[in-house]
Amino acid sequence: MSEAPGKLIPRSQLAKIVLIPILMFGFGFALVPLYDVFCDITGLNGKTGRIEASAIDANQVDTSRTIEVRFLANTASGLPWSFEPVIKKMSVHPGQVYEAQYRVRSSADIVTTGQAIPSVSPGLAAKHFNKTECFCFSQQKLNAREQRDMPLRFIIGNDIDDKIEQITLSYTFFSVDKG
Amino acid sequence: MTTATTHDDAHDDHGPAKGLMRWVTTTNHKDIGTLYLWLAFIMLLTGGSMAMVIRAELFQPGLQFVQPEFFNQMTTLHGLIMVFGAIMPAFVGLANWLIPMMIGAPDMALPRMNNWSFWILPFAFTMLASTLLMEGGAPAFGWTFYAPLSTTFAPESTDYFIFAVHLMGISSVMGAINVIATILNMRAPGMTLMKMPLFVWTWLITAYLLIAVMPVLAGVVTMMLTDRHFGTSFFDAAGGGDPVMFQHIFWFFGHPEVYIMILPAFGIISAIIPTFARKQLFGYSSMVYATASIAILSFMVWAHHMFTVGMPVAGELYFMYATILISVPTGVKVFNWVTTMWKGSMTFETPMLWALGFIVMFTIGGFSGLMLGVAPVDTQYHDTYFVVAHFHYVLVTGALYSIIAAFYYWVPKWTGNMYNETHGKIHFWWSTISVNVLFFPQHFVGLAGMPRRIPDYSLQFAEFNAISSIGGFAFGLAQIFFLYIIIKTIKGGKKATDKVWEGATGLEFEALPSPPPYHSFNTAPEIK
Repeated sequence: MSEAPGKLIPRSQLAKIVLIPILMFGFGFALVPLYDVFCDITGLNGKTGRIEASAIDANQVDTSRTIEVRFLANTASGLPWSFEPVIKKMSVHPGQVYEAQYRVRSSADIVTTGQAIPSVSPGLAAKHFNKTECFCFSQQKLNAREQRDMPLRFIIGNDIDDKIEQITLSYTFFSVDKG
Repeated sequence: MTTATTHDDAHDDHGPAKGLMRWVTTTNHKDIGTLYLWLAFIMLLTGGSMAMVIRAELFQPGLQFVQPEFFNQMTTLHGLIMVFGAIMPAFVGLANWLIPMMIGAPDMALPRMNNWSFWILPFAFTMLASTLLMEGGAPAFGWTFYAPLSTTFAPESTDYFIFAVHLMGISSVMGAINVIATILNMRAPGMTLMKMPLFVWTWLITAYLLIAVMPVLAGVVTMMLTDRHFGTSFFDAAGGGDPVMFQHIFWFFGHPEVYIMILPAFGIISAIIPTFARKQLFGYSSMVYATASIAILSFMVWAHHMFTVGMPVAGELYFMYATILISVPTGVKVFNWVTTMWKGSMTFETPMLWALGFIVMFTIGGFSGLMLGVAPVDTQYHDTYFVVAHFHYVLVTGALYSIIAAFYYWVPKWTGNMYNETHGKIHFWWSTISVNVLFFPQHFVGLAGMPRRIPDYSLQFAEFNAISSIGGFAFGLAQIFFLYIIIKTIKGGKKATDKVWEGATGLEFEALPSPPPYHSFNTAPEIK
């Protein structure tokens, strides 16, 4: 054809139509931080919070309520570690800081590194489950056959839902070594 | 809006170039439409053969013909090829053929891009199919490719799958841009938006869905690629990522995608029913608004695919109500079609049969969809054959039936030849009986708890699976018969009149001969 119909199309309009898919490609990636923010605000997905020790008000302890916290530990495949809580459960009051211990032992003959990922059940308790110190804040590097006790200091916010009487805290160690 | 192009006289009515290069270099919307439709048909037979392997294996309990690994590759490729290779290209092919003729335009707005968006598809599907020959086999994680199955535990060939999906996405986006630019700019004078045939309307809305969600699909496979090779952890909990997020992003694409595969079908049915009922379509503007509502709602319901993944009750309730809300605009459409036929002078030529088959069986698929949308019962139905039955009713007897209906309705216009009416009717009844033998029993085994994507099953499902397989083979054979009908109609047959059907309306029937000239509407037609 001597005259391409394309010449009739206003370039500005075309630019707008082309811009939509480009923006939506970016939006696909923007969903990743949006997802994290959404889970953080709603406390969904068992993502626990972190709180500075200085930010805790010691007078806020609610001794009228007792919540049972159970500790679980798992190791993902590919990491030759045995990992378990030192005490399996604790009874705690909202607003007070507690310390728990986890014990990890490497059965590898080389240095191995792992990262613990927390998960809280029921999911809606996660927003109120805050930690001042946790081995999950950083990667753990274990020498060959090393054993280590790792502390966890946590506080349950006293604005937690009245209906929650039991919380299960689960950690899974994943290997972060390459290969 | 601008007027359609006036044409240089010296170029009037030249035919296509000769030889094979005609098809490679063509920028003609009719040629490209034909290419798309043939690609879709070849892919239908390819994906269909894979379905035959699946049904042969499931004919009896136990493992007979293939190993579980290969079975999983078959279900995965069957799904991908049917969705991206058969249904979507067939609708793009119909859009290419019909939209310019329906709105009085000489061609698509961006003809060279049109050529490109077709020609990357054969490469995409060659890449995808080549994974079958690779060490470690083809992708075997289902067409939904959930992480970490598709990242940490996937075969090496997954990278070919990722790039194939990228190419398909680029092709779809370019095709959609072309459709939008054509419809917005190239309508004949007087063809206002609310005078456009519904096929054009539904495609305009589909094209917006495509440019909105195909890039999200491209994004999610890109994240898979970087997770697999470049050390990111989008979907890997060990690095702070989340596999559940994969499902959210995938279904944010995936749910609008299912409407991409059904909205053009609504447009086709809205063209065929009035022709053979010899009445105007009932509720034209409500059809347009219903289509737009379905499109908007489709972005807000994605997590109903994930009811069993873990969600707070509030989330389940929201996604349940939003999902069920979609049945309102969809119901508007079904009632409008039925009302169009009410007291009409109906005749039952082949396209009408396929369209009626669509309405009845798509509605069955819609009802099982309503059941699946109810969160508390979805816990039982999730990942069973009930889901398989549901989406095959909406995609085979829905989308595919509408495409076949469109073929019979417009092929006399395209080729100038009538198909053989007896053959068409045999094709319809053969397909309709066999497709119900194929998919209806799957509702029962699904409700009884048979999981999908499993090559073996317990003995109590044996009878229904045997029946289903027999239906499957018969339905497959019917489409070979369809191939014969297609070739025979292209080669010759009774000459079609310009109007083709007594009750036909629209520019393609009223203002163009059968077959239409290679370049139609070089001068814009008058719209009354």
